[in-house]
Amino acid sequence: MKILTGNDLVSGDVIWWAGDGWSRQVGDSADVGDHGDDLARTEEAALRVVGAYVIDATLTDDGIRPAHIKDRIRALGPTVRPDLNLKPNDADAGNWVI
Amino acid sequence: MVEFLSFRDGEAAQEPAVTVESFTGQSNATAVRIEPGEDARELLPHLDRLSLVEVNFPAYGDGRGYSAARILRESGFQGELRAVGDVLVDQINAMRRCGFDSFHPNKALDDAAVERALNRYADVYQKAIDGRQPVWAKRHPEKIDG
Amino acid sequence: MYRYDSYDQSIVDARVEEFRDQVQRRLTGALTEDQFKPLRLMNGLYLQLHAYMLRVAIPYGTLSGKQMRKLGEIAAKYDKGYGHFTTRQNLQYNWIKLADAPDILAELATVEMHAIQTSGNCIRNISSDQYAGVSADEVADPRPWAELLRQWSSFHPEFTYLPRKFKIAVIASDDDRAAMRLHDIGLKLVSKDGVIGAEVYAGGGMGRTPMVAPLIRDFVAEEEIVSYLEACLRVYNRYGRRDNKYKARIKILVHEIGVEEYKRQVEEEFAHMRELGLNPPTEELDRIRAFFANPAYETGLSEDVDRTDPAFALWVDRQVTAHKAPGYAIVNISLKPLTGIPGDASAEQIELVASLAEQYSLDELRVTHAQNLVLPHVRKADLYAIWQKLEEAGLAEANLDLITDIIACPGLDYCALANARSIPLAQKIAQRFADAERQAELGELKLKISGCINACGHHHAGHIGILGVDRKGVENFQLLLGGSGAQDASLGQITGPGFSEDGVVDAIEKVTDIYLAERTDGERFLDTYRRIGMKPFKEAIYG
Repeated sequence: MKILTGNDLVSGDVIWWAGDGWSRQVGDSADVGDHGDDLARTEEAALRVVGAYVIDATLTDDGIRPAHIKDRIRALGPTVRPDLNLKPNDADAGNWVI
Repeated sequence: MVEFLSFRDGEAAQEPAVTVESFTGQSNATAVRIEPGEDARELLPHLDRLSLVEVNFPAYGDGRGYSAARILRESGFQGELRAVGDVLVDQINAMRRCGFDSFHPNKALDDAAVERALNRYADVYQKAIDGRQPVWAKRHPEKIDG
Repeated sequence: MYRYDSYDQSIVDARVEEFRDQVQRRLTGALTEDQFKPLRLMNGLYLQLHAYMLRVAIPYGTLSGKQMRKLGEIAAKYDKGYGHFTTRQNLQYNWIKLADAPDILAELATVEMHAIQTSGNCIRNISSDQYAGVSADEVADPRPWAELLRQWSSFHPEFTYLPRKFKIAVIASDDDRAAMRLHDIGLKLVSKDGVIGAEVYAGGGMGRTPMVAPLIRDFVAEEEIVSYLEACLRVYNRYGRRDNKYKARIKILVHEIGVEEYKRQVEEEFAHMRELGLNPPTEELDRIRAFFANPAYETGLSEDVDRTDPAFALWVDRQVTAHKAPGYAIVNISLKPLTGIPGDASAEQIELVASLAEQYSLDELRVTHAQNLVLPHVRKADLYAIWQKLEEAGLAEANLDLITDIIACPGLDYCALANARSIPLAQKIAQRFADAERQAELGELKLKISGCINACGHHHAGHIGILGVDRKGVENFQLLLGGSGAQDASLGQITGPGFSEDGVVDAIEKVTDIYLAERTDGERFLDTYRRIGMKPFKEAIYG
């Protein structure tokens, strides 16, 4: 699947296009098909996102998994600060990015 | 919004600017346009017959035009020095300091933003072309001539 | 330390308001991201993997207690309670909101700090020797020169849109602690016939085409340094490549036209520029120099250090360096705890070091390019008290210049440019070599990790260097041997095919085993490598 990600213009938070708006959770991502670039332009112009780009991802038993490690780290947070990532109670969360 | 900005007394030069190559190859043109890769020093022998030098900024990030402007002013060019192209409001102040005295940007500039940009810094650290006293001169007035 | 006068303050305050205006225009859509990006970068604001990142300038790595405290307060108030000290003596915050950035800058301005030109294609923060002013071997304190150049380079009207970033370092000792020759321009202060001037090196750098800077002039007098550097920069601004960002640094220009031709052009421009009245009067450097005069050191202090506590004695032997004044010492504070993140410090640790500086170090501290901190003026009698407080705060690691004193860039955990993670690898190496005796046995061994070819982790200059690369979406690590950023500057050579994260740790262990087997008396790892060459190491690794 193709999903759209970027950062929130004001806070800088990593965000994922969820079909009707933006989510902080990669798992909420919607398949944007061929519309990702158009969506990115519209949403950037509307000042809701900065640096938006389309990536490949797969739907797994664990949820949506971005194809590239860089986007998996974006989805989780820094692997060296488990206290600050999106799964602070999961000691093995860092393994998900590999 | 302002499409053309001049800090000179009197009318802005109107004649079309020719390329450096055609300028140095003929004798009657009085306005020339410098592109980023061109050597401003080629114009130095002809400064007294030039009324306008346009310095083109095809992209704001290409800073060669700042050096071109200063070189012309350092060599005594008194005519109009115009920045044209991708000239943005946040660059006007540095351009003024390098000796530009008119601006013809691709996109019109907001007058109020230009005003703010030009008056933002009461003090500057370097001696440049605009005649402003750098802070080191203000700190040591006894050492500065005139 | 230098203190702002009303001119310096007004310029920094004006910058805060200018940036506030720029951020406002971005937030209302008057500026597109393309237009805003160079403006925010010139104020050190990046968009990184997880958030905006703000890089704060620490000019020549010198801070007061009050400034350090402010850095900690900002970390607690606007970030997630920590900051990262960088290889250019700056500090980065990883979790900044765009809307907060102007307020942060306003807070920094209250303690005479800023983020001016900490990124962008302009002249960056001037770096220097962390022992400036306190080491016995310098010909003069380099920091007055660095401050003069900080002012000269701030909002320079001609050199704000250079082909690429431009880094300057100033040192004044034969021991180079600032990687001076790996800068775009390096200045080394020297004394000639009793007059202080600068040797000038140009065209060094790391990145994808590392080069050690050649000498381009053996003496520039202080009253002409500004016009000379204007000439260097003008030649670069006019003729540096702009067609390819990977070939745009001054090192490529110097390499392509040749050092002699670059020198010739600079001299020609200098002959012109020295006549333009661009140089501040010598009184200005004198004025700045007065701020860096020796503090009022106490006399008659004891040289004795009570070494009865063995852990303290170990720390003293490793972290404490000779000071030029009797009874004083230089304390190096490690930001490399074995399980920590190289260069990171929590808001509480920053506050503690600020207090230590105020209480024990004449209100001054330094940041090193190796991502550690320094208390430069400590009475030997106070060492034990300082150590106890550092120990409580997790800052008493005794590993200066040892294999676990690793330089590491933020890598793929934080950085949008990175290809691989640097920090987890640094932690694995630190754990493998955690044993203190083993580290001491290996002696001086500078290990440096970059998560991409941009080389923020100085991997080319590591005795052992590691470069993270992306191999079909999987992190992979190349190993380099034989680099140095010191006075014997050299560039590391790649051993061969890369490794997985665990594989590279094993390879390093094999490399250090060869060193231990082959070294002769007194040889550092680097010396042995230079003597016996790559071959034995390669055989051990790839066998």
